[in-house]
Formats: sequence, structure tokens, C-alpha cells
Amino acid sequence: MARAILYDSTRCVGCRECEKACSSRWGLPYDELIAAEEKVSVKKLVTIRTHGERFSRKSCMHCQDPACVSVCPVGAFTKTAAGPVVYDGTKCMGCRYCMAACPFQAPAYDWNSRLPKVSKCDLCSDRAAAGKPTRCSESCPAEATITGDRDDLVREARKRMAENPGQYVDKIYGLQEVGGTSVLMLSGVPFDQIGYRTDLPVRALPGYTWDVLKHIPDTVTVGSVMLSGIYWLTARRQKVAEAEGDGARGFRKGVRS
Amino acid sequence: MTRFLPKTFWQLVFAALMAASAYVTFVRFYHGLGSSTNLNDQFPWGLWIGFDVLCGVGLAAGGFTLAATVHIFHLERFKPIVRPAILTAFIGYLLVIVALMFDLGQPWRIWHPLIMWNPRSVMFEVGWCVTLYTTVLALEFAPVVLERFGLRKPLRILKSVMLPLVIAGVLLSTLHQSSLGSLYLIMPHKLSPLWYSPLLPILFYISAIGVGLAMTIFESYHSSRAFGRQLEFPLVKRLSEVLAVVLAFYLALRLVDMKSRGAFQLLESPGIERWLFGLEMVLMALPMLLLFREKIRNQPRAIYWCSVSYLMGFMAHRMNVAITGIESASGVRYTPKWMEVVITLGLIALGFAVFRWVTALLPIFSDEEERPSIAIKVKPMPVRNDAFQTVAPVR
Repeated sequence: MARAILYDSTRCVGCRECEKACSSRWGLPYDELIAAEEKVSVKKLVTIRTHGERFSRKSCMHCQDPACVSVCPVGAFTKTAAGPVVYDGTKCMGCRYCMAACPFQAPAYDWNSRLPKVSKCDLCSDRAAAGKPTRCSESCPAEATITGDRDDLVREARKRMAENPGQYVDKIYGLQEVGGTSVLMLSGVPFDQIGYRTDLPVRALPGYTWDVLKHIPDTVTVGSVMLSGIYWLTARRQKVAEAEGDGARGFRKGVRS
Repeated sequence: MTRFLPKTFWQLVFAALMAASAYVTFVRFYHGLGSSTNLNDQFPWGLWIGFDVLCGVGLAAGGFTLAATVHIFHLERFKPIVRPAILTAFIGYLLVIVALMFDLGQPWRIWHPLIMWNPRSVMFEVGWCVTLYTTVLALEFAPVVLERFGLRKPLRILKSVMLPLVIAGVLLSTLHQSSLGSLYLIMPHKLSPLWYSPLLPILFYISAIGVGLAMTIFESYHSSRAFGRQLEFPLVKRLSEVLAVVLAFYLALRLVDMKSRGAFQLLESPGIERWLFGLEMVLMALPMLLLFREKIRNQPRAIYWCSVSYLMGFMAHRMNVAITGIESASGVRYTPKWMEVVITLGLIALGFAVFRWVTALLPIFSDEEERPSIAIKVKPMPVRNDAFQTVAPVR
């Protein structure tokens, strides 16, 4: 079972109960001002954004093959078998490559702290062990956010689309984006109209880097052999030239001696 | 006491920068990155990464370029400039590490990648390479210090391992000069196609080699002004020829790559990007075209300005990748805070000061008195002082 979330934008009423519940789980203060900030930050790890009559949800998407996990030089991020992408703040040195690489701009940094860390949703991974849904799903009065197994949620999403023709656009956001995510979305209008990036590649992002990184061992091996070879050859050529006297030094025409 | 007070204009500038940097250092570490930079969740990498790290590492490329030229390719005639190049590289890398100490959220954990591995991360590789290569540079530079104090035994030991050290240095540089480009491979969605390319690592590597050559010409010119010591003009000329070829190769690859990805159509859309792209291209193409002319290559001053132009073009490219290209593709705006600029300028000033200080103390420009390194029989190079004399009379 791989834990995932399904967010149905057509059901969301924008009450922000999910934000409030999430903040209370992390022990973060929540008030009117924070509610009005429609962006993920160290102040809140999930946010509901308003697009006229419609809403969208932003938080960590818990990619199947996450960019943050692959780029972190100290391995502070882990994609757990259970689904969530979790962060270990004791390893983090603050290079912020995760933030630069994340296609959803999910990791937030504590810019004003002297001991800054990254904040991001962890899909309530501690509650997962107890079989409980995430706080955001639990608190949602409209069942716009539900927790479940990813495969089950995909089936549920398809069922909703089939049973309500015309109500949804024919797309489950997160099914394929950057190799798939553990947060899935449904919408009544094209996703780019409610603030989601629809230009993301289908390929998982770590592959773009691995295409190059995988050549490192070969580069080192071939490189050291080649350099040693060049060293040996040029040293020998020089020896020969010296043995043959100055007449044979045509290749060193830059030297005046 | 008064002898430590700044006297000349540049000493005054230096003192002012150091004082301002000290203040910014306090703000940075007492109040955090939020108060000292204009970085935010949408734009997490700014001037310190774009300039201090990307350009800084690139500008230090002369170290491995010349170490390879002289110690591996046995082009001995370039020997007189190996030491200044290695010194520049060593200072450069140390400054990059200092810059990282400002930029990292928790710099006291900078050693974490050494024990907490993630081989899938480009940053992990860069971290290891920078650590190892800085060590290699320290060892490549150590003979100068040992010579100064006449420590023959450690000198002998060091020279016996110099070849593997130089090879390691070249490989490490190859890996991480290119890796700085690989850092951006994972952001096809965040970097404008004017700069994003699967060839980024190769483009970064070739342009770094060009910088190695250009920096050597640049340094040679300035050390002639400051110390009355310089490179023989035929060597400078030769370097400029190689630079022209490297630039031609780089530009051809860059343009063919852009064409194959259809990136040129982006130049039709209005905005600052196309102008900054144009600036980068002109600053690189102009010196290439000029340096292919024999007439230009016969003038020391022209060679110098061509190198300067390329160095500016190189910096424009790195800044475009790190800032312009990211801004335009992710729709965020970033202007560095004055404190970020102060630290950057302060580090540059520190670099110049340390270079001058070390060259005054240690035999950087003089010929080696000791026996030659790694099996190379060195014929003493005749000292010619007329190299850059048309431009800078020796004091």
C-alpha cells in the first residue's frame, strides 16, 4: 500500500480547515493573516489558493521519483516505501538544491532563522503507521481531500470522471507529471487555469542528471589512462629530441634557448 | 601603527569593503539569510551561487589547464606561469569555500556530504571534488612554501607524487567544472531554453578551459604592471591562439545545440533575456573573431582586452544560467540585496590582496632554484623584460 492523497478541486469550498489542521499538527500558529497568504512557506505547509470561483491546493506532491531526494548532497530526503517523501533536518546543511530542483516549489526555507531548516508536508507519515488519514483529509468537511492507497485513489478518480460526464477535465494531475506523484488532483477546468504547471515533463527528473552522472566512473578511468599515456608519450618524445640534439627540436618552436 | 592605515585609493577601497563585509557577516550570521539577502522560497539561489561559486570556480580553471599543459603535455615553455596559475586557483577555491560558508544555511555542517553520501546528487559530487581538488591545489602549491624555507626532504617526497597529483587535479577539475553545469540539468522546467541544454556540462567544461587561458593572459599582464615580471610575449601570443580555437569550438557547439533545440525562436519574444543573451554572445564571439587575426595577436594590449572580453562573456553566461534564465522561466524576479553585493565584492578584493601579498612573500614568479619537478629537465628560461613593455614599462 502506497499512501497518497486525492484532491478534488470541484468539491473544495475553500474553507481552509485543512490549513488549520495541518498547522496544528506541526505546532505552527495559524491566524487570519497567515490564512490570507496563499502560498506554501514555513508558516504553513499546505495552502488553498483561490482562482475566482475555483480552488487549488498546493503542498509537497510526494513524487514517485522525487527531484529533492536525488539532488540532496547529504541524503536528507527519503522517499519511503509507504509513499511519503520525508526530510531529516539533522543532516541538512542548507544548500537549498532541493528548492531549486523541485518542480512544484514545495520545500520552504526558514530564511530568518539562525539554524534554518526546510519545511514540507510529510503526508502525516507518523499517522500512516496507525492507519489514520492525513490531518488535511480528516479535517476536510467537503471530502475534497481524501487519503488512501494510490492505486485505489486513481480508480476512485476515474470513477468520478466516468460517473459525472462534463464535470471534470479528462486528466488526473499527478498521474504522469515528472514520473507520477503521490498527490493526485481532479479539476473542472484545465489545470493551468487554476495555477498548476502543465508543461512539466512526463519523465522523472532525476533521470536528466543520471544521464550524465553515470558516466563519471568511465570518465575517471579513461581520463587517467589517457593522461598518463600523454605524459609518457610527451616525456619520451622530449627524451628522444634531447638525445638527437637540438636539430630535432622543431616541434618546440616557441622555445628560444 | 600608522603604517597599517590605508594610503592609496585602492587601499582605501579595500579597507572600506572589508569594514562593510564585517558588518554584513554579522547580519548574515546573527539575523540569518532573510535579512542579508533577497532570496526567497521561489528564488533560493542568488548572487552568491551565481557569481561567487559558478564564476569563482570557473575563474580558477587556469590551475588545472596549465598544470596539464606543463606537467602532462610537457609544454615546458609555459612553466613560468604554472605557479601564478596554481596560486590563483588555490585562492579562488578557498574564496569559493568562504562564499559557500555565507550561502549555506548551516555552514558548520559543510562536511556532512563527506560522511552522508548520496551519489545520485550532483551537489554531492561537486562537494567531494571541491574538497579533494582544494587539497590537491594545496599540495601543488606547497613546493613554493617548502622551497622558501629550504625544507628539502618534504619537497622531495612531494615531488615524487606530483604526477599522480596533477592527473588527479585535472580529473577532479574536469568532473566538477562540468558538474556545475550538470547542477541545472534537473531543472528543464525552471531554466529558459536559451540556456538549458543537455550539453550544459560540456559547455561549462569547454568554457572553463577558455577561462583558464584567458585568466593566465590577464594575470600575466597585471603582474607585469605590479611586479615588473611577466610572460614572454610569444607565450602570450600562443595562449591567445589556443583561446581563439577553444572559443570557436565552444560557440559552434553552443549555437548548433540551440538550433537543434529550436531555442532561437525565443529571441523573438521581447524582454531582457534576449539582450542579456546577446551580450553574452557578443562578449565571447568578438574576442574569438579578433584573435583569429594575426595583426591583433601581435599587439599585447589587444590580446589583453580580448581576454577581458571573454572573461566578461563567461561571467555573463554563468549569471544568465543562474539568474536570468531561471527568472524568465519560473516567472520570479530577483535583484541582489546590497549586502550580497558587498560580500561578493569583498571576496574579489580579498582575492586580489592575498594574491599580491603571497607573490610578494614567496617565489611565485622567479625561476625554481630547486631541482626540476617530475622528471622534467628544465633549461633556465631567459628572462625577457620587453614582453608587455609597450603597455606597461617595468618599474
